[in-house]
Amino acid sequence: MLEIKDLHASVAGQDILKGLNLSVKAGEVHAIMGPNGSGKSTLTNVLSGRDGYQITGGQALLDGHDVSELDPEQRAHAGMFLAFQYPVEIPGVSNLEFLKASLEATRKAQGKEPWDAVTLLKKARETCKQVDLDPQFLKRGVNEGFSGGEKKRNEIMQMLLLEPRLALLDETDSGLDIDALQVVARGVNSLRSPDRAIVLVTHYQRLLDYIVPDHVHVLAGGRILKSGGKELALELEQKGYGWLTDQEDAPA
Amino acid sequence: MTSQAELDKLIRGDYAAGFISAIESDTLPPGLNEDVIRFISAKKGEPAWLLDWRLEAYKKWLSMPLPTWAHLDHPPLDFDEVSYYSAPKSMADRPQSLDEVDPELLRTYEKLGIPLHEQEMLAGVAVDAVFDSVSVGTTFKAKLLEAGVIFCSISEAVHEYPDLIKPYLGSVVPQGDNFYAALNSAVFSDGSFVYIPKGVRCPMELSTYFRINEAKTGQFERTLIVADEGSYVSYLEGCTAPMRDENQLHAAVVELVALPGAQIKYSTVQNWYPGDENGKGGIYNFVTKRGVAHDNAKISWTQVETGSAITWKYPSVILRGDNAVGEFYSVALTRHMQQADTGTKMIHLGKNTTSTIISKGISAGRSSNTYRGLVRISPRAENARNFTQCDSLLLGDTCGAHTFPYIESRNPSAMIEHEATTSKVSDDQLFLCRNRGIDPEKAVSMIVNGFCKEVFKELPMEFAVEAGKLLEVSLEGAVG
Repeated sequence: MLEIKDLHASVAGQDILKGLNLSVKAGEVHAIMGPNGSGKSTLTNVLSGRDGYQITGGQALLDGHDVSELDPEQRAHAGMFLAFQYPVEIPGVSNLEFLKASLEATRKAQGKEPWDAVTLLKKARETCKQVDLDPQFLKRGVNEGFSGGEKKRNEIMQMLLLEPRLALLDETDSGLDIDALQVVARGVNSLRSPDRAIVLVTHYQRLLDYIVPDHVHVLAGGRILKSGGKELALELEQKGYGWLTDQEDAPA
Repeated sequence: MTSQAELDKLIRGDYAAGFISAIESDTLPPGLNEDVIRFISAKKGEPAWLLDWRLEAYKKWLSMPLPTWAHLDHPPLDFDEVSYYSAPKSMADRPQSLDEVDPELLRTYEKLGIPLHEQEMLAGVAVDAVFDSVSVGTTFKAKLLEAGVIFCSISEAVHEYPDLIKPYLGSVVPQGDNFYAALNSAVFSDGSFVYIPKGVRCPMELSTYFRINEAKTGQFERTLIVADEGSYVSYLEGCTAPMRDENQLHAAVVELVALPGAQIKYSTVQNWYPGDENGKGGIYNFVTKRGVAHDNAKISWTQVETGSAITWKYPSVILRGDNAVGEFYSVALTRHMQQADTGTKMIHLGKNTTSTIISKGISAGRSSNTYRGLVRISPRAENARNFTQCDSLLLGDTCGAHTFPYIESRNPSAMIEHEATTSKVSDDQLFLCRNRGIDPEKAVSMIVNGFCKEVFKELPMEFAVEAGKLLEVSLEGAVG
């Protein structure tokens, strides 16, 4: 589904990704871990097409198509979703209105039947409950005045409604208490299916207790240094990153 | 670009390609003098008192300098280049079908979802029988009559209801109030008159839209609304579709009188031609709008301004009576080279008077958007309260937003609050929307609509939806 080959990327003229390779197949859950400044967030931002993130070499293929040829909204239509580390507020635009615009555009582009207002409201309410958000949140401005945990659950709620084929979660666990973490994990797990893939970016092993990955990768210095199964995460928890990055000449 | 004629030529060349015909007969040569005013008055068969009133206004106008205090920049206007009387265009002089109308204009109509026959009307196409609006208009008038509501053109009212016109015309905006109001008083063409009798709640929203076919009021429009004691009226002015208009200078006057316990809600959507992206052409809109609220009366102005090259407009409320309420809700969007200097004045004279000002300015392109407001608390206005909120949203980095709030409080019991913010549509907001599959244009219009929500919710329902759509159309190409 996602094929990243020798990807180089820069932000503000600074090279961050330096030859990253990663292959994600449908049905798989990948966790990307690594020290601060290793390029984890750059990876998700480059993949979803954020302004200012330049691919300088190599490529990232989504279902065989070079993502750099797609606008951010086209990537969304192709089934890619990014759950933000710091979801931004859009004052005055209600969550429901935002969902409507998002689902209308996405479902149309995907050739799916549009949802009428009643269906949308019903599904949105159900999904709110699923992530433990009061459906009253649908009436509030997008993330407006939400707590950190509410913002993250709001992201997961949107993700569940959009049913992406490739979900990228950028440190969704940061700033969550243990209850909220479980709610978020439940939401993500409910998305797991043989035709979908999930890429989790995280600092901590903790999230992986709830969302058990098929593969764990260590990203440092803009490259995948080591890949393994879920047990790699446990090893990292114990040993830290030092033993891996020390082998590098110039750790990030 | 110095003369009116040259400017006119520019507008015509660019916007109205193909549908402006040569000058008709029965149009006065350009220029203003007493004979012109006598001619206008005679054409309308006006009584002597009104002619005298006009001449008085003219004399005042002659002695007044052109106001230059606004944050506006435009070539000097030559008032001798304007023709002050133009008979309604004959059918033969109008475009004969939509094929002759600027396709750009039609595209906008389409986007706003305006039915074909209405498009014809707005574009000034010659159609004799005006579709269903005739019947709509008739049932509408019958219903109003039943309630005792008078809604007609001001020329008609001068003849039919002189006792209502005489005491109120110029009572809120006197002839010599300001340069443009004086000019309007001297040469006003036509406009609307509304009277709501005591205790009557007007059974429907009154809209100039219903009168559009007869409302060829030209550039010096004058409107007078009198709401008698304890009555209520909601009046909608304008139309979300851009109006085809060949006049460059507009100087309108609107006067509202809310007698004790009355409520007037006045909503405007103004979408005249704003000029092109290089600032060529467009309407110069110099409007004086003011209301007087007596004891326990309430006047509420809501405006959505997206059109005109220049907007100079300060819908105001004189809170004359005790417990009177004044409100001003405004969205002003400028793009290309548009300039808007708009706001309100709340003059607190009565005790326990309250006023609310919510102003949302959106600037794009190389435009300039200014809020100018005055809150004045007079010495005898005990316990007056004002809340003002001015928010500016910038799209891009070549536009400007300015806020000039004036506060004059001469009573220590007054409570005045002022909040102001300036923000930009952030890249993060845009990216969030795009990541959720929403294209950037839709995203910007959604964000801007959210920004304006507090004002839109004051608009009558249908208008609010249209206003949202209008912003969307107006913002096209503002991103990127």
